[in-house]
Amino acid sequence: MAKVPVQFTLNGSERAEFVESGSTLLAALRDKMGDTSPKGGCLQGTCGACTVMVDGELRLSCLTLAETCNDAQIRTTAGLANGEVLHPLQRAFEDAFAAQCGFCTPGMIMAAAALLERNPNPDRADVVEAISGNVCRCTGYEPIIQAVLLAARANSTSAA
Amino acid sequence: MAVKRGRGVAAVNYPTGMNLGGDPTQALVHSTPTGSFMVTLSSVDLGQGLKQIMAQICAETIGVPTESVTVDTADTDTGPHCMGTFASRGTHRAGNAVIQAAREARQVMLEVAAEELEVNASDLDTDGSGNIHVKGAPSRSISIFDTALAAHFKHGRSISGRGMFLVPRSYPETETGAMKPSTCYAHACTVAEVEVDEETGEVVVLSVKNVFEIGRALNPKMVEQQLVGGSWMGISHALYETTEPYYPDRHHGARDYNEYLMPGPGDLAETEIAVLERPSGDGPFGAKGPGEMCANPQIPAVANAIFDAVGVRVDTLPITPERVLRALKQRDAGAAA
Repeated sequence: MAKVPVQFTLNGSERAEFVESGSTLLAALRDKMGDTSPKGGCLQGTCGACTVMVDGELRLSCLTLAETCNDAQIRTTAGLANGEVLHPLQRAFEDAFAAQCGFCTPGMIMAAAALLERNPNPDRADVVEAISGNVCRCTGYEPIIQAVLLAARANSTSAA
Repeated sequence: MAVKRGRGVAAVNYPTGMNLGGDPTQALVHSTPTGSFMVTLSSVDLGQGLKQIMAQICAETIGVPTESVTVDTADTDTGPHCMGTFASRGTHRAGNAVIQAAREARQVMLEVAAEELEVNASDLDTDGSGNIHVKGAPSRSISIFDTALAAHFKHGRSISGRGMFLVPRSYPETETGAMKPSTCYAHACTVAEVEVDEETGEVVVLSVKNVFEIGRALNPKMVEQQLVGGSWMGISHALYETTEPYYPDRHHGARDYNEYLMPGPGDLAETEIAVLERPSGDGPFGAKGPGEMCANPQIPAVANAIFDAVGVRVDTLPITPERVLRALKQRDAGAAA
């Protein structure tokens, strides 16, 4: 199949690659650009492990064609930390023991990051709604909900 | 017709590991030239935290900080043998093997330090933060860093140890059939509160209160994490999960995350966890295996709560709305007859 050029901004860096036409953004990120933070769980849009942000909106990278992302701003969990300083959500997931096997964690964190960007003070129902497209098979979700609420509190404390 | 409430209780005794043809696990421990330690295992960490626990056990036994231990579980072709991470056996079996290996490594380490300090190895102790000193004379000391360097470059010794833990095969007694399938047991009890809708057959778990007796909790936060997740899995087993959801034909079975049901973040029961610690006699630092057990007692507790609510016994899992409705129909037919 013909290769097509794709060019976008990934976590602040300009990236360009040739990809198979029809291949997914997930494949481009993981196999071509070395960002393995989005995970391929089901590859059919049911688990949320591949969640990334495209131009500020949550997208399932396993269902997004790479060639539709030209000139887009793409963010993944790999770009959340500021050097050595973890993003408040990453710190909260660690503090709240919100990961066991860790496979859902990058997708959960992107879903939560999108929530906190549009609603810095979510309540429990908001958090449940925000992560309802992401499957976890270890934690029973409660520690993840607590971690997102913890990160929101940490944000509002540091902003005050 | 109405929504009825019920409460059910169930308790389980849970064996740590299994006993078929004997249940062995091996471990190897060695030091690097600079005095950090490697634990080599074939036991797999599948998210439950086995590597962290093995690092703690090795560090505690040798007398070094946990941070100076690395656990390698990379390859079952080349690593020491392990039966596997299942049956709640990881901490108990691999932990005991690591203790034995770490003790042997510690002994070599103290022998080398004794040569360097010109004292008897039995007079030496570790301070837990990277140094070896003469008992009662802390100033007579050598760092583990220097001890490892001396072992490698001066004494030609390998600071290492081999560990093996085996639960031997237990044959049934011919007269009674009795056997000893396990050497230690964990325990759990759950009280579940449910609502059953008699019109739709739907069951909602309002709360589960769990108490787990797990031997010693070697890492309390990780234990809690596993118990909370496990309690959720128990509810999932009771009400949701099956490969053959609602149709007799297997080809209609669940094929993906949309069809293989488990409770989502909006379906969570209020969950309480209490941990009791009664250290086991033969576990590493008194640990037992809580892993699988933590998802067990919720299932009969939920079934009992349904019985309490609407008076039907559903004895097939999962307890789907269809099964509840069929049982209610049978109940009402029996009452009318």
